[in-house]
Amino acid sequence: MTSSTLVTTDGLHTVRIPVVRPPGSRFRGLRRLGRVGLYVVIVGWLIATLGPYLVMLLTSFTPGKELIANGMSKLPSTLSVRGYIELFQTTAFLAYMRNSLVTALCTVLFSLIVASAAAISLSRFRFRGRTALLTVLLIAQLFPAVLLVIPLSTMLKTGHLLDSPVGLVLVYTTFATPFATYLLKGFLDGLPPELDEAATVDGCSKFQMVRHILLPLMRPGLTAAGTYIFIFSWNEFLYALTFTSTTASQTIPVGLQLFIGDYQVRWDLLTAGGVIAAVPVLLGFMLVQKQLIGGLAAGAVKG
Amino acid sequence: MSATLAEGRTGAKRRFDPTILIFVSPTLILLFVFVAYPFLRAIWLSLTKTTLLGGTVGFVGLDNFIELFQDPQFGTFVANSVFWTVGGVGLQLVFGVIGALLLNQRFKLRGVVRGLAMIPWATPSVLVALIWLWLLDPNRGLINTVLERMGLMADPVAWLSDPHTALPTLIAIDAWQGIPFFAVMVLAALQAVPEELKESARTDGCGVLGVFRHVVVPSILPTVLITLVLRLIWTANYIDLAYVLTGGGPGIASTTIPLQSYLTAYKQGQMGNGAAYAVIQAVILAILVVIYLRLTQTKGAKR
Repeated sequence: MTSSTLVTTDGLHTVRIPVVRPPGSRFRGLRRLGRVGLYVVIVGWLIATLGPYLVMLLTSFTPGKELIANGMSKLPSTLSVRGYIELFQTTAFLAYMRNSLVTALCTVLFSLIVASAAAISLSRFRFRGRTALLTVLLIAQLFPAVLLVIPLSTMLKTGHLLDSPVGLVLVYTTFATPFATYLLKGFLDGLPPELDEAATVDGCSKFQMVRHILLPLMRPGLTAAGTYIFIFSWNEFLYALTFTSTTASQTIPVGLQLFIGDYQVRWDLLTAGGVIAAVPVLLGFMLVQKQLIGGLAAGAVKG
Repeated sequence: MSATLAEGRTGAKRRFDPTILIFVSPTLILLFVFVAYPFLRAIWLSLTKTTLLGGTVGFVGLDNFIELFQDPQFGTFVANSVFWTVGGVGLQLVFGVIGALLLNQRFKLRGVVRGLAMIPWATPSVLVALIWLWLLDPNRGLINTVLERMGLMADPVAWLSDPHTALPTLIAIDAWQGIPFFAVMVLAALQAVPEELKESARTDGCGVLGVFRHVVVPSILPTVLITLVLRLIWTANYIDLAYVLTGGGPGIASTTIPLQSYLTAYKQGQMGNGAAYAVIQAVILAILVVIYLRLTQTKGAKR
């Protein structure tokens, strides 16, 4: 700035410019600078957000020996998939993947059924205790997991559901359902009530109305809610850590946490496991991010 | 409008409708069995001497709480909890609002950028821990390598095993993971600010800053407050990062109340004492939950 004001030779020209250009355009240069600045900051933000993932991806394809020798100070000379091969051959990662998939998919199925039923009644029916139910669903999401984990583990032990995907699915269904209900309720509130009103007038029972009118229309909402439930169950750590103890039910987060202890120097292996853990959730998230983000915003704000 | 319509429609059946009961009972049963009952049981456990292996030995009244308050480490747990929660959420608030203002500008691929920025929200906590454990590796991690190359650091810093840096590092990682969520919540509020309001403020002679202060800030404030309280509750309860990355250490340098609860229950096997810590956590958080409910309900009433 100071250097440009020092250039006084064409001072006359600079004075004339605002007169010639249409009003408002004296900000044009500033605005362009602002736009460049905006892009720089956005790119910087994306690098800060996605950079760590790219480092993980690159590390997973770097030969283990180079990692031990150079760490991250040099780019790898060759790319290798040994980390991935070893991960599957020498560790229980396949079992963790199977458990994660089974647990997450079963939770999606159960939680969607429970949450759709609750969402339909909250959005379409008026009944005593409706507001109370909404508040209860809200509070249920705010309970400290640490408070519930201790009694839940003794309950699951009594029911012989410790170290079993069944126990995890039950607990996950409970904790994924409140938000899934909010998501679906928000989606249903956006559907015109005339449709199901017409069906009711035509003599449909509530079940028929739901089955023939609402469920087909709910598909996009179900996709978003299902993806949320999948992400929740796939990522959950504390309950999985506490309720599982063998490869019969341990999920990927628990496995990764064990790896961190066992393979502290094998970063090719660890990051390969990380990449596999990330891919399904990030793909799913990017597919439905628009609805999910909209639902998140509405759910947190409206209550 | 739609509420009164629906009310009229189901008004006759309002007293008791078995269909509605069928729809909401799965949710109610799950919440009762896996939230309400464990909640009461946690309070009961906190009043007993219960061990992981031996089960409940006997009722001890408030002994667990007295023991815990007399523990000289308790002050550190409280201080760490406050630092962790306020520090993490403070950073999320500042950068989240800035990020939301950035994302609210018009630029190419804005939808894609918003989705990409939200990726950390969908990432498993253990994976976040794993990525940063590698980036922060004292000898081979990218952070230390870059800092050394730039001449900013003489000796490698052991970010997570130095008592002075452990908790601040965890807070920074939490902020990295939580900023996008905050930003996207605030962005939703920004996009809901009516354009006519801004326009009329402009014609009344408000500048860019004036519009921001008198129109934008008041209309996004409720959402910012709700998101703030929601994040405070979540962050206060969030122990995954500390559990995986430091285990609360070195010593107790990064142990918060909920982490201490978990470690007491499952590492030391003292379920009763662990439950007592969790009950204290729940009591403190209950204040925040009440504030949250008030905020969401006044917001809901306005609509």
